[in-house]
Amino acid sequence: MLYSVEPMHIPDGFLSVPVAAVLWIVSIIVVGYALMRVNKDLDERKVPLMGVLAAAIFAGQMLNFTVIGGTSGHLMGAAIATILLGPWAAVLVMTTVVSVQALIFQDGGLLVLGANIFNMAIVGVAVSYMVYTTFQKLSGGKKWGVFAGGFAAAWFSIEVAALGVGLQLALSGTSPANIAIPTMAGIHALIGIGEGLITVGTLAVIYAARPDLLRAGAEPSPGGVLLWVAGLAIAAALAIISPLASAHPDGLEWIAEQQGFLTTAKEPIYNIIPDYVFPGVTNEALATILAGITGTLIVFAVALIVAYTRRSRQTA
Amino acid sequence: MHVHYQDPYRPGRSLIHALDARVKLLVTIAFILTVALIPPGFWPVYILLLSLIISVEILSEIGVVYVLRRSILVLPFMLAALPIIFTLQGAPLFTLSLGGWTLTATQTGMERFISIVLKSWTSVQAAIVLTSTTPFPDLLLAMRSVKIPRMLVTIFGMMWRYLFVLGDETLRMMRARASRSGQSDTPSLKAGGSIIWRAHVTGGMAGSLFIRAFERSDRIYMAMVARGYDGDVRTLAQPKTSLLNWLVLVFSLLLFTALLALAYLL
Amino acid sequence: MHHSIEIENLSFKYPDGHQALRDVCLHIEPCEKVALVGPNGAGKSTLILHLNGILTGEGDIRSAGLEVKKENLERIRARIGLVFQSPEDQLFSPTVLDDVAFGPMYQGLPEDEVQARVFEALEVVGMGEYGARVSHHLSLGEKKRIAIATVLSMTPEVLVLDEPTSGLDPRARRALINLLRELDLTMLVSSHDMLMVRELFPRVVIMDEGQIVADGQTRELLDDAALLEAHGLEMPDLQ
Repeated sequence: MLYSVEPMHIPDGFLSVPVAAVLWIVSIIVVGYALMRVNKDLDERKVPLMGVLAAAIFAGQMLNFTVIGGTSGHLMGAAIATILLGPWAAVLVMTTVVSVQALIFQDGGLLVLGANIFNMAIVGVAVSYMVYTTFQKLSGGKKWGVFAGGFAAAWFSIEVAALGVGLQLALSGTSPANIAIPTMAGIHALIGIGEGLITVGTLAVIYAARPDLLRAGAEPSPGGVLLWVAGLAIAAALAIISPLASAHPDGLEWIAEQQGFLTTAKEPIYNIIPDYVFPGVTNEALATILAGITGTLIVFAVALIVAYTRRSRQTA
Repeated sequence: MHVHYQDPYRPGRSLIHALDARVKLLVTIAFILTVALIPPGFWPVYILLLSLIISVEILSEIGVVYVLRRSILVLPFMLAALPIIFTLQGAPLFTLSLGGWTLTATQTGMERFISIVLKSWTSVQAAIVLTSTTPFPDLLLAMRSVKIPRMLVTIFGMMWRYLFVLGDETLRMMRARASRSGQSDTPSLKAGGSIIWRAHVTGGMAGSLFIRAFERSDRIYMAMVARGYDGDVRTLAQPKTSLLNWLVLVFSLLLFTALLALAYLL
Repeated sequence: MHHSIEIENLSFKYPDGHQALRDVCLHIEPCEKVALVGPNGAGKSTLILHLNGILTGEGDIRSAGLEVKKENLERIRARIGLVFQSPEDQLFSPTVLDDVAFGPMYQGLPEDEVQARVFEALEVVGMGEYGARVSHHLSLGEKKRIAIATVLSMTPEVLVLDEPTSGLDPRARRALINLLRELDLTMLVSSHDMLMVRELFPRVVIMDEGQIVADGQTRELLDDAALLEAHGLEMPDLQ
């Protein structure tokens, strides 16, 4: 078995409900807009293309190369999807990849799926698009623009998405900002180089064999300006907030008021309903023990029922 | 070679397998939401939620050990939460000194850390049960009925259909690469090439995978048109939900609400 | 130089429980050319993937003089040239040249040596002019020959091919048969192409359901209609 640590897919339990909810809302709006955009182009050929390409990106993520020792580098794919399909279809393809990974393979959680879609499908694509089209403009559509742009788009998409993950963990109170953000940024500065190199290799094959496929990402896309600005804004915002937040781990509190929010929400209940609401259960240790016993009994009962029905099924 | 190759659906005839996919999807998400909403340190409720999910694993007959083994997937991510043991303010538990550093673990920090790990572990088990007992096509139908846009669900379905085909293609490519990754008998030669070259080759493999995906999707599109596809995907009507399914749904939601109430009132 | 393959009591079960190989024993002498035939699912490809340790079952294998085990794998892979059935799996670089150069590059050979190896391998398969071409644009016959060149450039001692003539038109097939005839290497070739087997290989091994069911002179075995039929094979009628 080859497990690679995948710090980009957040599992359930690591984001607080408010952070997860806000990112769900943002993701739903952006993915909804992307759906509308792709529908408007009315290119029905794109539906099977998006599905198969999502499968290819998922499969491509299994391709790895040895870096040093037991570690290996592999592809996330937001940049290459953006270059091959244009931004809106890429948002849908990456959304599909991230959702199916969560739904079928538990790579990333379900409640935090909105956040994972936001990081990989929205931030990843928006930043890729912003960087890649900028290189295209600068190079005047020359070959070096494709490769340098591909590398830069891949690196920035990974790095900015990672900053986002770090910030989300910090906001959720699951990891201190002064550790989570620099660590995520540091690791992904390296992972991003791997992503960039693979992306360049991918582009080299496509450029040689099917250069026509590289046109979609280079064409001006309707609504693309919006995404370009969004990509720049996200990158800039994270570039400014991240060092601030990591320099003042407590400074994040005033942005989030995360713990404050939770305790204030709980406080009135404490005051209104005192401990003796549950007759007999006056302290938490006792409650824990009771819960343990109840839980064990439930599990035991269910196991007995299943064992019994199985046996009667076999004898029947 | 990789954990991702097999369809995680495990066929069976258990009660959990028989439930409507829509009910399972909703209950799973409600369960994970409940787990997420429990504040740190409410151990009785954590224990009850954990025994609830283990009970469901037993009922589903897919094997508790199987689920637990797959749930290890979330372990590496625990590292992200590890620092809070030492950074949260609270009553000191113990002190570690690593070289010049002294780290003081606090009770609040430890409580928060264990809560995160338990939440994550409980939630991932629920997701594993959902995918192990529900064929993906049923899950797709369930997604349609909870109003996830049709086009998106169609893309999901198309991806799932070709996932294993392309996964196999990738596996064969990796085998072909491994077969030619040899070490010369000349002892002075170091095998492997540079990292940049290796990354470049890997990119080439991804590139040819994508080109083939493009060409395959053209063929798929033509085959779909040949069968009358006009850009709109039609589907069979959803089956009616039985009374049992309604009962499971209502009972689960009530139970989750009760557990939440317990956590906030205790 | 060892050039030989020795397999003793090899069994292999896929993770899904399918028993793909049962107690397979096979010895191939240096410079011998052996054909491997059998119906789909007989275990031919699985067996081939064991020769260089891509799959590892129970039993002992010595490939080109080295025991197949973890610490020998890279050296074995330099000695055994394994050509996959679909050239698509083997050709993944922008140009033919890059693909043929992969093996020597991985071994860390110096630049000029790599160039010489690539040039020679392409010459041998009759594709000397194709170095700068894009693999993706070639015909299947051309791709199959390039795939063979990608292992010849590693100067292997043993050549193992999985269904080399499948899907080829008659001309490409003929060219490939001529190429295989000229290569002076130990060879194990799995195939459904019985006419090629009869033309090229003095010895044939028949597999069915993960076992070797016959191993002997090609003339004798392929004339045994009952044996062939029992294992889902047949010899094309030439009359």
